[in-house]
Amino acid sequence: MFLAFGKIFTAENILYLAKGALLSLVIAALSLLIGLVIGVLGASGKRSKHIIPRAIANFYVEVIRGTPLLLQILIIFSVIPSIYTGFTGKVLRINVYLIGVIAMSINSGAYQTELIRSGINGVDRGQWEACETLGLSQWQMMKLVILPQAFKRIVPPVISEFITLIKDSSLISTIGAVELLKGAQVIGTKYYDVMSPYCLAAVFYLIMTLSISALGSYVEKRLAASD
Amino acid sequence: MIRVENIEKRFVGTHALKGVSLEVQKGEIVSLIGPSGSGKSTLLRCIHGLETPESGEIYMDDELMDHNNEKKFREQRNRMGFVFQHFNLFPNYTVIENCKLAPVQVLGMSDEQAERVAMDYLNRVGLAEKRDEYPNKLSGGQKQRVAIARALCMNPEVMLFDEPTSALDPEMIKEVLEVMTKLAEAGMTMIVVTHEMGFARKVGNRVVFLDQGEIIEDAASEEFFTNPQSDRAKDFLSKVFYE
Repeated sequence: MFLAFGKIFTAENILYLAKGALLSLVIAALSLLIGLVIGVLGASGKRSKHIIPRAIANFYVEVIRGTPLLLQILIIFSVIPSIYTGFTGKVLRINVYLIGVIAMSINSGAYQTELIRSGINGVDRGQWEACETLGLSQWQMMKLVILPQAFKRIVPPVISEFITLIKDSSLISTIGAVELLKGAQVIGTKYYDVMSPYCLAAVFYLIMTLSISALGSYVEKRLAASD
Repeated sequence: MIRVENIEKRFVGTHALKGVSLEVQKGEIVSLIGPSGSGKSTLLRCIHGLETPESGEIYMDDELMDHNNEKKFREQRNRMGFVFQHFNLFPNYTVIENCKLAPVQVLGMSDEQAERVAMDYLNRVGLAEKRDEYPNKLSGGQKQRVAIARALCMNPEVMLFDEPTSALDPEMIKEVLEVMTKLAEAGMTMIVVTHEMGFARKVGNRVVFLDQGEIIEDAASEEFFTNPQSDRAKDFLSKVFYE
């Protein structure tokens, strides 16, 4: 099974996988950040007094959460070029990494909308009332009092969202991105042994996810100190 | 200064206020007392606009407080300070930041100006040395004194207190009542929902007794405690005083 393990275990191959791992990490991190911005917008939409932003936000969250990420990646992979061609008449040389970030941001945004919404709802009602009695506007109240407290509550679930994104970034190998999983497959094909690079890839994934987990517990403890 | 006319408020399953009217003059210290569920907190919250009554009007200096006239309503509310049972300090800010936040954001004070005002009030409540602590490092009594200072920093003309000592350990009640007494002596108009009969009697100059959403008695403090008129007030007083 591990026929070529010795041969595969070279500095060059390890570096190649490490590069793939770094790419997965960067794609996941970017998607997490963009998803966070989308999440804030989505949560404000869901909390809006008006029906239209509420309906849009609900529709977005339900559609994204109700369909597989792989399908979303494939749809965006084929839809964006055809829109581009439709508008400009030119063929788009597509950057699969960019597609990956776009698809995963949109996906993560839906989940983070729910995280932020529940984080905001979890802030004690007395905090809203205190802002009201002090005359703060809705915007000041959100920015200065509610969101800082909501963010503190959502740090743990956002960390686990980050871990999910790192693992899910393997899905963009299907549209030709050479991230960690695809990198392992490339090496596997070269040496006629997929098991060894797959196991190495697993180790790389674990290094990333376990470090983020550890970082998460540290941050959580630090934040809890001020409760 | 504040006039409440015939306000009604219902919550699911309860008729919290059944047409309550009340007038409070400048400089008065009015205690709202009554059994739990009598509507006293609801009345206080309606006066500040934290609750919207279904009918009836509230006037401030003879001007209607109209929820639909947002700008004016805000200005009127900003003339009142509100102190909660559970303090509601902002846990993400230090004591001084809690006090400075609204003066800077709402009144547009400069940072130094707000700092001066905040330190002045923190001195008055005896907590100047806690300025850089976060609320979680304070005792209940200290939290409530900061909450009072925070409300005063907005320079209100009337202070509303919603059971300010009910969430405190017994040994901390006095320090909060002392701060409130000083405030009363300084001439602040105050409406206080309280179970502290000693405070209502000695510091307050008027008692409004509510039961089941109605004002049953409205009398000078001493008069109310020595010579209650209604059976319900007599019954209530016999229950709260253990002799």
